[in-house]
Amino acid sequence: MRQLIALCCCLFGLLSFPIQAAETSRVDALFTELAGAKLKHMELILEQLEEAKGEAILPLFRVLLGGDLYYIKANKNLVGKFDDQGKTLYKQVFNDTLVPNLAKRDVKKIRVNNKLRGYLRNAIARIQLTAKSPSVRESAVRELLSKLDASTVVILEDLYPNEPNKKVKEAMGLALAMHTASQTELAVSNRLVAIETLSTSLENDVRNALTKLTQDDNPAIIKAAQGALEQIAQRAKRFAFVDQLFFGLSLGSVLLLASIGLAITFGVMGVINMAHGEMIMLGAYTTYVVQLIMPNYIDYSIWVAIPAAFLVSGLMGVLIERLVIRHLHGRPLETLLATFGISLILQQLVRTIFSPLNRQVSTPSWMSGSWEINPVLSLTLNRLYILAFALLVFIALVIILKKTSLGLNVRAVSQNRNMAKAMGVKTNWVDAMTFGLGSGIAGIAGVALSQLTNVGPNLGQAYIIDSFMVVVFGGVGNLLGTLVAAFTLGIATKFLEPTTGAVLAAILVLVFIILFIQKRPKGLFPQKGRAAE
Amino acid sequence: MSRLTAWFSEGRSSGKHTLPFVVILLGVTLLASAANLFLPADSALYVSTYTITLLGKYLCYAMLALAVDIIWGYCGILSLGHGAFFALGGYAMGMYLMRQIGDRGVYGDPLLPDFMVFLDWKELPWFWLGMDQFWFAMLMAVAVPGLLAFVFGWLAFRSRVTGVYLSIMTQALTYALLLAFFRNEMGFGGNNGLTDFKEILGFSLQSDSTRISLFIITALLLSVIFVISQRILSSRFGKVVLTIRDAESRSRFIGYRTDRYKVWLFVYSAVIAGIAGALYVPQVGIINPGEFSPVNSIEMVIWVAVGGRGTLIGAVIGALLVNYAKTRFTAIMPDAWLFALGAMFVLVTLYLPKGLMGVYGQLKAKYRPTNAKESQV
Repeated sequence: MRQLIALCCCLFGLLSFPIQAAETSRVDALFTELAGAKLKHMELILEQLEEAKGEAILPLFRVLLGGDLYYIKANKNLVGKFDDQGKTLYKQVFNDTLVPNLAKRDVKKIRVNNKLRGYLRNAIARIQLTAKSPSVRESAVRELLSKLDASTVVILEDLYPNEPNKKVKEAMGLALAMHTASQTELAVSNRLVAIETLSTSLENDVRNALTKLTQDDNPAIIKAAQGALEQIAQRAKRFAFVDQLFFGLSLGSVLLLASIGLAITFGVMGVINMAHGEMIMLGAYTTYVVQLIMPNYIDYSIWVAIPAAFLVSGLMGVLIERLVIRHLHGRPLETLLATFGISLILQQLVRTIFSPLNRQVSTPSWMSGSWEINPVLSLTLNRLYILAFALLVFIALVIILKKTSLGLNVRAVSQNRNMAKAMGVKTNWVDAMTFGLGSGIAGIAGVALSQLTNVGPNLGQAYIIDSFMVVVFGGVGNLLGTLVAAFTLGIATKFLEPTTGAVLAAILVLVFIILFIQKRPKGLFPQKGRAAE
Repeated sequence: MSRLTAWFSEGRSSGKHTLPFVVILLGVTLLASAANLFLPADSALYVSTYTITLLGKYLCYAMLALAVDIIWGYCGILSLGHGAFFALGGYAMGMYLMRQIGDRGVYGDPLLPDFMVFLDWKELPWFWLGMDQFWFAMLMAVAVPGLLAFVFGWLAFRSRVTGVYLSIMTQALTYALLLAFFRNEMGFGGNNGLTDFKEILGFSLQSDSTRISLFIITALLLSVIFVISQRILSSRFGKVVLTIRDAESRSRFIGYRTDRYKVWLFVYSAVIAGIAGALYVPQVGIINPGEFSPVNSIEMVIWVAVGGRGTLIGAVIGALLVNYAKTRFTAIMPDAWLFALGAMFVLVTLYLPKGLMGVYGQLKAKYRPTNAKESQV
């Protein structure tokens, strides 16, 4: 408020200054009057203050209501008392700055009685309910739901018809309905209408109020309240289902990110890369290092981390392909062992450089928090973004494989290596690029995973088996199959969890896949035609 | 004696290593045991009990490597889940040893092991019944891994899941078991596993004589299994197994039910792994879910690869060498071990596809060309 006043002064020049000054001095005079005022005079002073300062007076009223308002005997300045680890301290009421060196005997409490408390409560509600911002008004109404009384209802009834914002009006209607429903002396028909209104809400307070109504004397009311509760429970159940579905999709997106690089190296190239998990880990550590380099720009660091992780993991992939995998062409089991050795080396390398402990990667502010749809359903933003990101990466990859010349070469080499070679495709180069692409995408997955789990040397190991399961389940060499498999497994796991517990759910899914592969060894979407063996 | 030699050497050429191997193994075992028992502790040739236990552990690993080699080296099935069979055998032994503790546990319950009292369980779960009988526990140590291998193999080989797919499936199998055994509700001690064993068949596990007996029994069993495996693999059955490794489709077209051969070989291999696990647990004194971890299973494969797959003796030598290196490395510079192991994986697969036995064969061929020619004919 002070800044605002200062700003006004700057803008309008000295002309407006005397008026503001007069206003300020009147308020100051009221503050001084408040210190040491008699109880019967206080209400008048408070009314004047409310009128003069509006929303800005709220902190003072709250402190006074809590019985923590004191004034300094020497200069009659107002201070708020608060406790800090057992010590009694005092601070300015309006800007929370500590007032140092105040002992108990320097200050005197401003006392309030029940009548004043009632006034203050109503005043706070009144001020909040008439606040400029609709969101403040709405949260004020929701706060009132649990402590409705006759006087606040009067205020609400006053404000209800003129409320411009639809959501706030709805909330106010809800509060009024709650009050109406609980008044036993009102006509039953009115109360039934009110209960009808209540049945559309998911608020906890509403549910409590309805539960109370099931103890009512009137059987019609009891029946209506029970019906309303049931209706609410059913809606809540539906939202709980959506919530579970969201978590399933979120797990699916993580699985998709982790396995999509593998779908290329294993699915398209037919190379078993046991170091795939370590490519993910390298991506996560790249995110960590990028944040170390630019600690003041955490919000933007992720945009640097994504390409950086792609490059780091991709180059490592190319290196592995050139040095090891190339020499083991056509010997899948040996490739498996050699890449496993590489994964051990990479893990130990990271352990030596960064220590075996988990590293903390901070979440950019725009990714933290959650999107609250209603009182029972809120979706965490980082999971939402990662879901979108996974789909984006998937689409980008499909486009690369279907529309670019690299993609054409990759498909040609994977279908018939010798023929492609005869047609002039540089198969060696294509192999390296494909492997680099798969590994690079694993690196990007690492960036996403660093936002969800701990970044440590074992990060990749946790995902390698799941990733292989996803690729095998979806059908090797089939990107769409990988997508379907990832989300199927994610959702299945999350829907099993409430009944079986997390670990048993993971085991059941694994066993299911093992059995599934026995039945359909080529996965959900087997390759057809010449590409199949 | 000559008939005995002939029995040992029958079949494939590698069979001629069998007798020397058995003699050397048992000889070293007896010498080490004697050195521990009869020499004074300050003698230069004295073998400490710690070393004896370590050697016993190595021999268990060698047995395990034999199991992996039998299916990977001779039948081309790369199992990345043999740790599961090993651990199951170990758990069977662990359960027996747990029941032997009786009322000497921390909580002093005569029937329930400590961890069950801790979890407030009132009675013994059904799968713990009978485990106080040694013969029954040992039956379970071979039956459970064998049955699991049979079910898994029957499902997998019948639907012709082969190669890399099979490897990944076996890895998933041991991973699923790892997760399962970590759960307290499973009734196998959860995270901590089974430990604090007191005695086996009435003999204290802490005493030197028990440890030496266990060591000698391990060596004897390894020899027996080695000889039996050699016989099986050089029999008609073994020859079919080799054709499956080299040309499975062709063998099938000739008329062999390749899946049945594979299933029985897989079961045999799993049983050996189970026995190795059962011998391992009393010597190291603990069994926990960590034994199921996929990394363990894959490490076994590298023992075989280092020694040389497709030769039983190579598997044993590989297991002994790699584990000796591991003990030394982790004592001197623990961080370097994983680098060394990783490098071993890469270098062996790139440059030593036949392992140390392959190098030995090459050297022999170089210095004794006439001999090599004869054996090729």
